[in-house]
Amino acid sequence: MSGVRLDQVAKRFGATAVVHDVSLNVADGELVALLGPSGSGKTTLLRLVAGFEQADHGRIFLDGDDVTTRPALERRCGMVFQHYALFPHMDVAGNVGYGLASERLDRSGVLARVREVLELVDLAGYERRPVTALSGGQQQRVALARALAPRPRVLLLDEPLSNLDPSLRERTRRELRDLVRRIGITTVLVTHEQEEAFELADRIAVLHRGRLEQVGTPQALYASPATPFVAGFVGRTSRLVGRVIDRTPDALVVEASGMRWYATGDATLTGEVTLLVRPEGAALTPDTGAAGRVLRRRFGGAVEYLAVALDSGDELEVVVAPGAAHDGAHVMIRPTGVGAFAFAVEP
Amino acid sequence: MTSTVRRAVPLLLLCGLAWLVVEPLAIVAVEAVRRDGVWTLDAVRAFAVERNEWRAAWNSLWLAVASVVLGTLLGVPLALVTRLADFPGRRIVAAMLALPAVLPPLVGVVAFLFLYGESGVFARAIMSATGSETPPWRFEGAGAVLLIHATTMYVYPYLLVRATLATFDTALLEAATALGAGRWRAMRSIVVPMLRPAIGNGALLIALTSLASFSAPYVFGGGFRVLPTQVISTRLNGDVNVAMVETLVLVALALVALTMASRLGGTGVRGVGRGIAPSPRVERHGWRRTITGVAIAGLTVWLLLPHLALLTVSFVPSGAWTTTALPSAWTSGNYIALIAEPARWRPFGTSLWMAGLAASAAAVIALSVALAARDARSRTSRWLEAAIALPWAVPGTAYAIALATMFSVSQPFAGRFILIGTLWLLPLAYLVRGLPIVGRSMITAVRTLDPALDEAATSLGAGAWRRFATVTLPLLVPALAGAVALAFVTGLGDFMTSVILYTYDTRPVSLEILGAIRQGDLGVAAAYGVVITLISSVAFGLAERGRRSA
Repeated sequence: MSGVRLDQVAKRFGATAVVHDVSLNVADGELVALLGPSGSGKTTLLRLVAGFEQADHGRIFLDGDDVTTRPALERRCGMVFQHYALFPHMDVAGNVGYGLASERLDRSGVLARVREVLELVDLAGYERRPVTALSGGQQQRVALARALAPRPRVLLLDEPLSNLDPSLRERTRRELRDLVRRIGITTVLVTHEQEEAFELADRIAVLHRGRLEQVGTPQALYASPATPFVAGFVGRTSRLVGRVIDRTPDALVVEASGMRWYATGDATLTGEVTLLVRPEGAALTPDTGAAGRVLRRRFGGAVEYLAVALDSGDELEVVVAPGAAHDGAHVMIRPTGVGAFAFAVEP
Repeated sequence: MTSTVRRAVPLLLLCGLAWLVVEPLAIVAVEAVRRDGVWTLDAVRAFAVERNEWRAAWNSLWLAVASVVLGTLLGVPLALVTRLADFPGRRIVAAMLALPAVLPPLVGVVAFLFLYGESGVFARAIMSATGSETPPWRFEGAGAVLLIHATTMYVYPYLLVRATLATFDTALLEAATALGAGRWRAMRSIVVPMLRPAIGNGALLIALTSLASFSAPYVFGGGFRVLPTQVISTRLNGDVNVAMVETLVLVALALVALTMASRLGGTGVRGVGRGIAPSPRVERHGWRRTITGVAIAGLTVWLLLPHLALLTVSFVPSGAWTTTALPSAWTSGNYIALIAEPARWRPFGTSLWMAGLAASAAAVIALSVALAARDARSRTSRWLEAAIALPWAVPGTAYAIALATMFSVSQPFAGRFILIGTLWLLPLAYLVRGLPIVGRSMITAVRTLDPALDEAATSLGAGAWRRFATVTLPLLVPALAGAVALAFVTGLGDFMTSVILYTYDTRPVSLEILGAIRQGDLGVAAAYGVVITLISSVAFGLAERGRRSA
């Protein structure tokens, strides 16, 4: 059974279409990240699932129930808001217990459940603290506990880590992943950070201008992007203009910047194409290749990224061992046979 | 809530407000050109040919302009000095300077009477020094009114400029300095433009208050007539239609002031960074620091003298302070009289229940309007906002006349009932005057509520009523309490509406103060004033706390 199913869901705000016919299945217990730049419609999609926005057309199913026209308070979605939306006039227990009103629990039953979820997020004993006195990380965990307390059908996370500072964000991200896995709750996460999506999600749905570009595991998105946008947004690429000159059973042979590239892409492509190349798609070579000059270097820990200005006029990013070339050095470049994607030229 | 109900509620509220705040004014406009069921321009003609009418209108106008100029010249520098300069007792002085905001208009006027009046402290001091039997001056006329205006209304620009400076980003001044701007250039090019909205709004408040000002011209005007006092005397003379024309002219002047201010003030400049209050610049030279301190202290004492006079008189037995500069006997009898004599405390009770009822009703209406007008972009919201703010711009005298007119006939289909002469007209008038105070504050408070809180409660299964009772209302309570306190105080100290609409049973405390003065019970009048001022101070304190926690 599917945890969340979106079927051709669309939403407009006035004249602007923010979500275009999106269909998406989130399996029971799966964590799917909606990834996209700001304005891609990912938060609107989440709010459609929660019921804070009504779809113009299409259907939304939770646990197989059609909830499309159901009001938000009947959908049983646990939501963690970007700025947490903790009730500032209530203490931690007041916030966490808020959603338990409809469960016909007595006072001690409510407190027991509150204590249980607070233990889950490692905040046992914080019941009587005012939420305004908590640190950002603690507030985030209270928001998570509050969303989980009524045992929701799905957990919706709207950029839940964006308010934390970088070091705390990394730790909280791991804790969040472990917790969600442990509970096994179906989860939809909205984020604009690919690293966050990579670490947390079983699958990633990439959104661009309200359209679903591709859904897949992080590895699949990286290795075989379906659109130029996905190639550029998930991982880094350099953009070249090339021409299909030949094809093999599993690749197109594209000539670009004076080199021959084995690129994955639609087998029916002919003529001029856009070639997107990952940093590992090209390497320095002592032999013959395309000549260029190192424009700048970017430190990447165990590796280094060189921006190379090719004699053809194109610019290409190449990953190398640290210290392989200095600024302004003349270098030769050759394709490695991986990490190159051909797409039809966009009109 | 179904979507039909959701759409209907704002419209119903709009109709209610139209009945309460717009229809009375519309009826005044009609009655100005209608006599005994016949359309006629007689009243307009009578107004147009009468020199006294033009003089009253002109007096109102120049008095407003002069009050704005003097009030701003007093208020803005005081705000700058008390915020940006350091001198001994800075905080106390800053708080004391805000005192006139707490004083109900009539009490303020009475305080001036005790200080500068013919039998006031100054006159007595001169009489006892020179041995003269006659007072050295008569404190009345345009000069007296203007003095009262300037020395009480400076608080508007003072408070607004101080509030702006409190959130002023000092990094802007540092940036200007780093770019080579000297102290004066930084002041002129950075501080003044940022303060423009505060100064503009302060000027508008002075202009509207001055145009509506009734107590000062009524008590000290002598032969100096302004429109609000002219309206009353015309009405007492029986020229009801001419009084309507005068009322309309008064409303028109107020609306012109409002329009001009919104043009001049503009939307203003907003800081883009975080507001960091400037730390006071420390005057290094000891003598400079002392001179600033002494000058400000002197000015403060001068501005506060009327309050001191009020306090002093409240402790002097009536009739015991006639010729000496300082009182020769002291008593707490005036306060005891307020409690012991039923005729003395009854007006208090009357004012308390009327102001309390009006403030509570204003709270319910304002809260409903604010929730209905939550979406600032919708047209209904804008109409609701405008309707609830209207009584703020219209002088109280005009509303009193309008309500008296509207509720003097029985036409249930037009929403007109006979309320004149009943207990209910005065509380209704207080309600109309209190609506913009609570309404504007509630609209802001509701719009600054994070909508995610409501959504969070929804996602946790809370229905509309539970969300309102457990999330929205508790978060609005501080702001609501503050605004209601202000509305309550406005009703409690009201004079200009009361003097037109009171009945024997609804004789409020302000009329009792005036009555006590006329009977020579100056001590009792002062004691009333002090008690009202204390209640007002508590209410303002509450309001301030509400504003801060909101």
